[in-house]
Amino acid sequence: MTDRPVLKVETSTRPGGAIVVRPQGDIGYHEAPAFRAAIREAYDKKPTVLIADLSGVAYMATPGLATLVEALQIAKKSSRRLILCGMNERVRAIFEIARLHTVFTIVNTVEDAAASVANMTK
Amino acid sequence: MNMSNMSNMSSGSPAPRSAVPMTFHPAEDPPHLSIEVASDPSLLCGLRELVNRLARTIGFSEIQSSQVALAVDEALANVIRHGYDNRIDARIWLSIWTLAPNEHGPGLRVIIEDQARQVDPATIKSRELDDIRPGGLGVHIIREVMDETRYEKRNGAGMRLTLEKRTSTPGKASRPGVACLTSAPPCDPQRTFQTTPESPNSEPGKDHA
Repeated sequence: MTDRPVLKVETSTRPGGAIVVRPQGDIGYHEAPAFRAAIREAYDKKPTVLIADLSGVAYMATPGLATLVEALQIAKKSSRRLILCGMNERVRAIFEIARLHTVFTIVNTVEDAAASVANMTK
Repeated sequence: MNMSNMSNMSSGSPAPRSAVPMTFHPAEDPPHLSIEVASDPSLLCGLRELVNRLARTIGFSEIQSSQVALAVDEALANVIRHGYDNRIDARIWLSIWTLAPNEHGPGLRVIIEDQARQVDPATIKSRELDDIRPGGLGVHIIREVMDETRYEKRNGAGMRLTLEKRTSTPGKASRPGVACLTSAPPCDPQRTFQTTPESPNSEPGKDHA
């Protein structure tokens, strides 16, 4: 029971240099390492802004939260921004139960995130 | 998935591969569903989907069912990571009872047992929520969404976690403003394949997220 589906993560770069990481699937204990690896790989490109587009995530458990908290810590230490977007209600609920919804910058869409970045740089 | 089908999924006599079998539940109160499962994280997706669908079958709302599934998912992940140090060939036993309706409606009792290292149940705690750092939230989530959560040492070896929830006593996570957790959607067959889970880096008795 080793070859199991894990998590597909798409990464793209927007005009202006923000990197968008877009996981597609559940993020539980089994899948979180793939998400973490994708985020670290994105940070290695030294973007000023990282956008985690969670619109393809139907389910997230606490390992997914932990991955994002770690990503936020990296962002703060390196003067970058981490923006989350695309959460469905189920994913947002776990952030609320863990009281993390006030810790992150959370917007609705990638476009909203990009606009937030544009406003910040004006 | 109806209950008769669920009953047919029972694994029967427990733990032929185990040095210490699961608890034998009283004959007058056998679980409606019992599964012996390897401590393989890749199995968690299917297990949470099963629990979600069973909860829906007995009358939990979609939101409540998803909460029960999340709690079980978190508990199983904790056993795998902290109890078994990410060994994938150890055993976990999942027993589920449907509870007859009382003044709080019907319910589910879930017992998760393992042969992992024993820890003092009093030490199984979530981190302080104001201490923002990765890890330490699974136990908090479990306690928030279930009506009852009880950790015990099993006789001989391993731990036992008992979870209960009734349909009309929603967990604190069902309060207004917290919409819903997971619909435990089917595993995505389009996903790519990868094998290695995250290495453990936390202490026994502590929680992983």
